[in-house]
Amino acid sequence: MLFGVVGSRNENRVRMPIADWFKAREDRKYTPSEQNRGSGDVPDGVWSKCESCKHIIYEGELAQNARVCNYCGHHFPLTAPQRIELLVDEDTFEETHAHISSGDPLEWSSPKSYPVGLESAREKSSLAEAVMTGRASIADHPVVIGAMDFRFVGASMGSVVGEKVARAFELALAEHRPLVLSIASGGARMQEGMLSLMQMAKTSAAAARLADEGVPYISVLTNPTYGGVTASFAVLADVIVAEPASLVGFTGQRIIEQTIRQKLPKGFQTAEFLVEHGMIDEVIPRSDLRAHIGLLLDYLDIPGGERS
Amino acid sequence: MKSRFVMEFERPLVELERKLAELRELNVSENPELAVEISDLGRQVERLHEETYTNLAPWARVQISRHPDRPKTQDYVDACFDDVIELHGDRHFGDDEAMMTSLATLAGRRVAVIGHRKGKNTKENLRRNFGSPQPEGFRKAMRLMRLADKFALPIVTFLDTPGAYPGVEAEERGQAWAIAESLALLSGVRVPVVVVGIGEGGSGGALAIGFGDRLIMLENAYYSVSSPEACASILYKDAAHACDAAVSLKMTAADLLHFGIADEIVAEPLGGAHHDHEAMFSAVGERVNAALNELVGEEPTDLVEKRYERLRAIGVFEEGA
Repeated sequence: MLFGVVGSRNENRVRMPIADWFKAREDRKYTPSEQNRGSGDVPDGVWSKCESCKHIIYEGELAQNARVCNYCGHHFPLTAPQRIELLVDEDTFEETHAHISSGDPLEWSSPKSYPVGLESAREKSSLAEAVMTGRASIADHPVVIGAMDFRFVGASMGSVVGEKVARAFELALAEHRPLVLSIASGGARMQEGMLSLMQMAKTSAAAARLADEGVPYISVLTNPTYGGVTASFAVLADVIVAEPASLVGFTGQRIIEQTIRQKLPKGFQTAEFLVEHGMIDEVIPRSDLRAHIGLLLDYLDIPGGERS
Repeated sequence: MKSRFVMEFERPLVELERKLAELRELNVSENPELAVEISDLGRQVERLHEETYTNLAPWARVQISRHPDRPKTQDYVDACFDDVIELHGDRHFGDDEAMMTSLATLAGRRVAVIGHRKGKNTKENLRRNFGSPQPEGFRKAMRLMRLADKFALPIVTFLDTPGAYPGVEAEERGQAWAIAESLALLSGVRVPVVVVGIGEGGSGGALAIGFGDRLIMLENAYYSVSSPEACASILYKDAAHACDAAVSLKMTAADLLHFGIADEIVAEPLGGAHHDHEAMFSAVGERVNAALNELVGEEPTDLVEKRYERLRAIGVFEEGA
């Protein structure tokens, strides 16, 4: 287990064992003083600071609560492996297309070399690319699942993300398994230029084919989801849900402010704002996501799959 | 046609030409040395002229693609097509003037035309958001795609946009949704789709109507994942690096041909399409017509399948065991 999500409801949450707490106290390098507390300077791996309510939270506690702040409900980011573990039935995930990696088609060197950036992303994330895909089951429904990882070049979509996502759609189509994608992205990957932009068309075309066959597709939008990923496969799902307070949009807020010189409305581009404007179905807290998707699949994943 | 608008990269040449013109106005018979200077300067101007307009840098091409006198979607529609009927509105919210949708006839063949539409002057540009569509623009384009599919009309699109409109209302009305749905729809229309990049091909706003069975690029048109300015401000943290970003992004017509994304390039007169509109109209009309001739005989299912394969083949990656 990467972290201890036991069941999907709060009452099932396992509190941190007291022995762990004392162990953690011994392990930590120093006690965060009042002075340090505000600076965000928190020792790695033991305590984390909630960026929303500023509480300092014990890592073990955060892990047991699916990385949701106990005090204010803020959703910390999840890695792709954590995301998959959160969503699928235990030990059912089997990764597909794991060994596809990016080239450097534009020979991008300035201001920073693309291959060097990719290498540091691989080291930082222990992932080959910004999306992880595979087969699994959710509430006993066999599915194809994919999760994007923002640590990897901002989960931007280049050739590899586009290819893996397209293959996930094609696998779902071939095996008539519903597709569930957990999405986060800064947009298209600049360093692959037009090849990145065209991935929007490629993934959308694959999504259209899946839709034509009547195989369900559910997308989970997480913080943040922007640009070319939002404007392609992310929003072509049959049902779109989002985690609380996630920012989702096409153009980033800074760019809108700069180019249009408009004041942004309160809550602009949050998941709640999108529900209000009719763009997504529902805001679902992380603790309820698996159960919610399971129930959706009970409606949409018709046994026998194929329709005449 | 001699344009008065001077692009940044032309400035040194224009300066030198002005100097030469001034000297020529002086009385040469009184000053024989002047004649020598004039002929020297004349040669310099010639040399600089050639240097300026051959092997154009990507950033110079971007400037040409944005030249105010460059022929625009409406110009091509007026010049190349007959019996044009413009259709209006997205049936949801409004009629976005930044997106033009028409029924039209090209060399006797009835087609549906969709294109980004910039204005010819500030007043028009304010109404048309300088060619940046709102969600209703993309939804209007989708209306025409459905109509073309239903009535078996081949689709011709013209790309000329800095990008989808980056505004609050655009976000509220689902800019990303409109683009995504347009991509999904266009990928499956059962009629030929010929795309012509005539000016700016800015990001998702261009792509929404910007892929199909053939992509024809004008020599100085660009097509890019992001405008060079936006790329510079994101990666270089400074929009002044747009010139470098234009190189890095590999966004010229020649680059697109190299990556197998574009199929052909239409040459422009030296210095850009604005120097000879008529030549551009006839070249573009001819090439679109030739592409349609190749495509119209295809079975609709084959067309859609080939379009999918074409998209599926785009991407550069390595696959290990």
